[in-house]
Formats: sequence, structure tokens, C-alpha cells
Amino acid sequence: MNNRLEIKLWLAHRLTGMALGLFVVIHLITMIIVIQGGLSAAEIMERTSSNILVALFYGLFVVAAAMHGSIGLRTVAQEVLNWKGPSLDLVLFIFFALLCVLGVIAIIGLVL
Amino acid sequence: MSSQQEKITVSIWRGKEEGDLESFEVPLVDNQTILDLLTSIQRDVDPSLSYRFACRVGMCGSCAMRVNGKPRWTCRTLVSKVVSNGELRLEPLANLPVVKDLVVDMAPFFDKWQAGKGRFEAKDSAVMEFAPIKPDNKKRQLADAAIECINCGVCYSACDVVESNPAFLGPAALNRAWSLMNDERDGSSIERLKAVRGEGGCQSCHTNSQCVARCPLQLNPTRSIAGLKKQVAIAMLKGEL
Repeated sequence: MNNRLEIKLWLAHRLTGMALGLFVVIHLITMIIVIQGGLSAAEIMERTSSNILVALFYGLFVVAAAMHGSIGLRTVAQEVLNWKGPSLDLVLFIFFALLCVLGVIAIIGLVL
Repeated sequence: MSSQQEKITVSIWRGKEEGDLESFEVPLVDNQTILDLLTSIQRDVDPSLSYRFACRVGMCGSCAMRVNGKPRWTCRTLVSKVVSNGELRLEPLANLPVVKDLVVDMAPFFDKWQAGKGRFEAKDSAVMEFAPIKPDNKKRQLADAAIECINCGVCYSACDVVESNPAFLGPAALNRAWSLMNDERDGSSIERLKAVRGEGGCQSCHTNSQCVARCPLQLNPTRSIAGLKKQVAIAMLKGEL
């Protein structure tokens, strides 16, 4: 087991966790503010279309969530299932990539 | 002396890893500790009963075992405080190999102290003059808070991470490493951080604080491990690890 990689993943898990905490708060506050007085899907699309800030924010959100979830699941698999090694890393890298792709598709739908 | 005639049933683990509980009916004696109880059983009922002790006053950390499922130091645990419905269950510490009856092999526990570089290593430079470390020195206070461990193994037995991940260094070894990280005279900080960041290192701790709940000296290994995590993270970000 590569100790440097393990501790890097642990640190990434911590840092993405902190980032997600911040992102979720920003996301919820924004949602609460913008839906005051009602908001239709068309109005949402009107505001988010071509909005680089929205794309950037949710892009970071998606990457952080994908990293955090994948590293967390990797630890759970190691501790609960005693599953370790390259096969686990490969499966979870695919899971990470899948989450990123799904997230990016959603952002494209929102911004483009 | 009615209290001395009251009887309790004590179930004691007999055997090695494979074994069974054996029941003894004994009188409930005022102010008797679990260790006193075991001594009376060994002297009066079954001399083949094995258990470990040395100081009998809460200093040596030899007599720890599980009492009704929870690890405790038995020389400072009164029978009357822990007896439940007239029954008492005594088993060896968890997470360590059983030698016989209530005696466990502590070697894996102390091997992990070594693996976590739990030994003092003086700085290279010779001490030319006294370096006062005042009582209000922050690092000294952190070291003082962790230093009183008596190596009893109670936290190691209580830790669910050790149970699920035998590679985990455990609360005591990491607490020891933390006390040395705060020792101004010690010169192997980076080597120690490398030793505690491995597969069973500080980052494996779930912060469930079972060690804190069970430590007979009210130490806080979880806080010590959190300190190590922070130092490992900072050293990692600085590129020192």
C-alpha cells in the first residue's frame, strides 16, 4: 500500500468535505432567496443560461462531490468488505468518472 | 454483616482463544475490587485461574480486562459498582491474543508503539545549556495532557477501528506519538509523522471516542489523534511528507 497516496486521498477527502459544506450552504441559501415569490423552470433557465459563474460553481461542486463520494466509498469497501488493491481503485475511479460525467451533463443542460 | 452473605455469580473466561465461561458463586464483599475477587477465587476455589496484575493501585496498567463486556482496570473497579443483577462477566481484553484465561499477549500492542515511533529520540545537537520549557508552554501542556498513559490496553480493547482493521496502530500508540510530537527535546518529528500516516495510521481513526470513554485516567486519545491528523495534513501540504 502506497502510504503517500493513502494520505493524499485522506487529505483530499477532508478538503472536499469542507468544500462541500460550503457549497451546500451557498446552494441552499441561493435556492431559498431566488424562489421567493415563485419561480418557473423557464425563469431558472433564463438566469442560468450562459452564466459562467453558475457553471464554475456547480463544476467545482460536482468534482468535489465525486471525489468525496468515491474516496469515502473506497474507505468503506476497505474497512467493511476488506476489499483492497488495484481492482477496488479501478472500480472507484470508474465510479468517480461516471459521477463527473453525469454532473457535467447536468451543468451543460443548465448553462447552455 | 448481611452484605457479606449476599452471593453473586461470576462468569470467568477459561481457556485460550477457544474456551468458555466458567461460573463461580462467591460472596459479595464490601469494598472489594474485581482484582481482590479474582485473588480470592484463585486462593480459595481454583488455583489454576490465570490473570495478570502487579501494583494493585492503578499505576502499572497490568490488570485490565473486560468486565461485563467493557474494558476496565480491575484493581480500581469495585465489584459493587459493576455487578449487574447479581452477575459479573470477566473476559480477557479484546483485540489481543489470549494466552490463558484472563491473560492476553500484549506484544502486538507494544509492537505498535514501536511502529508508531513511540520512543524518544533526542535532537542531534548536544545540549550546551538548559532550555527551559515553562509550564505555560503550549506544546508542554499538550504533552502533559497525553503523557500519563499507563499502557493498560483498555483503549485498544475498546477501539472498534482496531477490531475492524488490525493494522490500526490504536489509541495508545498514537497518543504516545502525539506526546512525543510535542516534546521540545525530540528530534524525529517528520519520521514519526511518516510512521503514523500509513495504512493503520492516524487517519484511520473514526473519532468514535470509545478510547476516551473507557480510559481509566480520563486521557483523550481521540484529541491526540486529531492533533496528529492536523500535523500530518500540514506537513503534507508543505511537501515535507
